[in-house]
Amino acid sequence: MMKPRPQDRPETLAQLQPGETGVIVAVEGEPELRTRLLSLGLRPGRRVAVIRRSRFGGPLQVRLGTSDLLIRPQQAANIRLA
Amino acid sequence: MKRIALLGMPNTGKSTFFNRLTGASAKVGNWPGITVDLLRADILLGSEMVEVVDLPGIYNLHGFAEDEKVARTFLEEQPVDLLAVIVNATQLDRQLALVLQLQSLGQPMVLLLNMIDEATRLGIRIDSERLARELGIPVVAISAKHGMGMDLARRTLARALADAHPARHADIEKTFSEDDAIEARLEQVLADTVEVPLNASDRLTDRLDAVLLHPWLGLPLFFLAMLGMFEAVYTLGAPLQDGVAWLLETIKRDAVTPAVAHWDPLLRSFLLDGLFDGIGTILSFLPIIVLFFLFMAIIEDSGYMSRAAFLMDAFMSRLGLDGRAFVMQLMGFGCNVPALMGTRVMRSRGLRLLTMLIIPFSLCSARLQVFVFFTTAIFEPWAAPLVLFSLYLFSFGAAFLTAILYRRRLGGDEPLLLELPPYRFPTLRQMWLRGWREVTHFLREASGFILLGVVLVWALTHFPTGVPVAGDQTLAGRMAAFFAPLMEPLGIDHLMTIALLFGFVAKEVVLGAMAVIYGVGEGELAGIVSHRIDWVQAYSFMLFVLIYTPCLSTVAVLRQESRSWRFTALAVGWPLLLAWTVSFVFYQTARWLGF
Repeated sequence: MMKPRPQDRPETLAQLQPGETGVIVAVEGEPELRTRLLSLGLRPGRRVAVIRRSRFGGPLQVRLGTSDLLIRPQQAANIRLA
Repeated sequence: MKRIALLGMPNTGKSTFFNRLTGASAKVGNWPGITVDLLRADILLGSEMVEVVDLPGIYNLHGFAEDEKVARTFLEEQPVDLLAVIVNATQLDRQLALVLQLQSLGQPMVLLLNMIDEATRLGIRIDSERLARELGIPVVAISAKHGMGMDLARRTLARALADAHPARHADIEKTFSEDDAIEARLEQVLADTVEVPLNASDRLTDRLDAVLLHPWLGLPLFFLAMLGMFEAVYTLGAPLQDGVAWLLETIKRDAVTPAVAHWDPLLRSFLLDGLFDGIGTILSFLPIIVLFFLFMAIIEDSGYMSRAAFLMDAFMSRLGLDGRAFVMQLMGFGCNVPALMGTRVMRSRGLRLLTMLIIPFSLCSARLQVFVFFTTAIFEPWAAPLVLFSLYLFSFGAAFLTAILYRRRLGGDEPLLLELPPYRFPTLRQMWLRGWREVTHFLREASGFILLGVVLVWALTHFPTGVPVAGDQTLAGRMAAFFAPLMEPLGIDHLMTIALLFGFVAKEVVLGAMAVIYGVGEGELAGIVSHRIDWVQAYSFMLFVLIYTPCLSTVAVLRQESRSWRFTALAVGWPLLLAWTVSFVFYQTARWLGF
């Protein structure tokens, strides 16, 4: 059995595949975007799951507690996971 | 009069609650410095009249979004006696942060836990008494959609209002530093009062999404849904519009015309062809607007709009737009007017203006009439469908080109961050209220402008008196002569230019106008036109009609929705320039190639 290499572990929300989950450790980006993300509930400590990804590099459907959000990969890359 | 401000995040049923509370009495209010429509209503609460204002949905009191700025400006500049804060009970984990933030303003507050029926169904348990104790404010569980708990909500609001100190402005700047303290308190309150089962998502929604957002089936189903809505609105709408037109024609012929038969001819013409037709133009939109918003209420309130965004975003984001813009663009192929009004679901102003700029390029049914006439009059039967198809391609092409050119200038590059709410079906009451409100809004905001425009075009084609109507000698004829050096390189002669002037009022009247200009009945028009112009001229004319200002009502609604004359000027000027350029390039190239 090969050990999973560290870089295989998704580091941001944008890298999660459908069905995978992660815990937010940091939210980065411009203050404007950051405020939006935080107030949508994407806060450090929260567990997020990617439900599905739209085709052709479109947005991700992200589940956060009882709410689902749409976010483009570009913005999802600002959300760092543990 | 005391004032209650209604606040909450988007998708909390805030508007539904507002409608329950105020009935159909709500109107768009005007406040200095507020650039979006806010609904307000005066209602009897307890024993006194109270003003209720529905502030736009916000995620964060300190946020940067347009709506958040509006809500902040309102709270800072208008005295408010009581904040009624509405939250979605199924998402307290996310929404309570806003409640705590608003609490730090120190104003009296009542918390409304909406969609309590949904929360119960999902197994979410909320100890609202304990929540009230911990927050120190009254908490009422309601279902605004079904009217549950409304009496208690009214009584609680009345009591809180009676206890409230004099109204004051909020000092929001001061509370900025408290945001971090809120975090810790939030977790504590949630742990104490809310119990969420491990898997609390809506099963039915998950099952529906598995099909409707399916990687392969999603898009075809989306287009099918759009086709269905399109057919429903415009197939049902067409007979209604015809009915209105017939009714107006009957009134005009049997009542108004005999009544003014002995009046001065000019005054009679002004009344019949100016004023009356202007009113007719306005009324002809009403059935379509009502129907459109009945169906919009369904796709918006059901949550399908966000799904459209999910499906179309990969493509639309390249244009600086999102999937909702695409829905409105498609609806514009029936009629631009309601499609423009429908852009209100987009809360970012830049995105909304960009969408409003591209909708008028959608080949609406009024333009289609003109094109069908020309293609059958001038082209061979085998070529006619191809010609029509090519015009649809130009329609999309012009829209996408415009989006690409203006995306930066209008700031349409907002990140897409949308909620994907569970599927819900709106009540009939919600649907009717929506349609009714949009119609009254249209009548109030756009009708004056439309009437004025119709009368103006009437004047252009009827003055000076004593010459044939719409002939060379009229003001319109002189304008056409003046523009001849510009229009002749497009193969458009001055008679057709006069028809374009008429077309500014509404595309439906272009053919009637041409019949008047050529002095023939509409039945003989095809014969005349096919002798007067060749196919290159006809196609150039159609390209111009397709791209330039769709109609006066569209301009009126562009103004109504943007609240900006500058934007309206851009939305009229740019398509004119584009129309001229496209027709010029086409006509000159075709002639150069020897056609």
